Amino acid sequence: MNLEELKKIREKAQKDVELRQKQARIRIVVGMGTSGIAAGARDVLKTFVEEVGKRNLTDVVVTQTGEKGLASQEPMVEVFEESKPAVVYGNMDPEKAKRVVVEHVVNGQPVSEFAI
Amino acid sequence: MMEDLSSHIMDIVMNSVTAGAKHIAITIAKDPQTAIMSLSVSDDGRGMDAEMAQKVQDPFFSTKTGRKVGLGIPLLKGTAETTGGSFALTSEKGAGTSITATFDSRHPDLPPLGNIRDTFFVLIVSHPEIDFDLRYAVDGKDFLLDTAEWRRELDGVPLNHPEVIGFLSNYLDEHL
Repeated sequence: MNLEELKKIREKAQKDVELRQKQARIRIVVGMGTSGIAAGARDVLKTFVEEVGKRNLTDVVVTQTGEKGLASQEPMVEVFEESKPAVVYGNMDPEKAKRVVVEHVVNGQPVSEFAI
Repeated sequence: MMEDLSSHIMDIVMNSVTAGAKHIAITIAKDPQTAIMSLSVSDDGRGMDAEMAQKVQDPFFSTKTGRKVGLGIPLLKGTAETTGGSFALTSEKGAGTSITATFDSRHPDLPPLGNIRDTFFVLIVSHPEIDFDLRYAVDGKDFLLDTAEWRRELDGVPLNHPEVIGFLSNYLDEHL
């Protein structure tokens, strides 16, 4: 465990933390109930987290919730964007998650073919 | 239904998250002498009374009657009991819930461990406000991670900050 490295991260990151805590621009919520997990939701969530991290999208938050209630369309993901209606994506996988990050989160164009 | 033990863990821990836990301890350990694998999850969530603690172990307890806990518990119990292991759930209303499952690691029907690393990673970064106390002691490895310690060091920078996500990802790759 290298606490020194965490300190460096803290110094570097503290500047944009205030901004981020005010209001995340986009929230990505992955359904992680039993059926979602069985259908592969963990890998979808992991992909979202990694892509957001890699692109240093400090105004995007990725989180998870329990059952979404539509087991046949799991893994399901909801994208909430300020002042826009939420977009629900179904039957997600890591490749689709990458497209949602690029097209929807970064470029502002929901991926209608994955939406349900 | 669950293809490996790491998915079982993910599911069981989601119950703790849903129960409002602020501290969740997860231990996966294998006794080198007996080859018994044990998995335990303890949380300080809202807990259950004795009747509910019994019901959540029953796969036929209907979701229509307001079931808030998924099928994960009966699934894990089933896996433990059909692979020569045991299952125990203790809960106290207002105090928390502990689940311990054991498995005989030599049993042919035991699902593989799966990707524990991804389960830990995803839990930490999608719930940065929860303190996770993680231990993985299997086959000579002894990995410990207490995210409360990291949070103290980060002093307000959340565990899901992109910089921290990258660091955590590397850290898990290196040590787990």
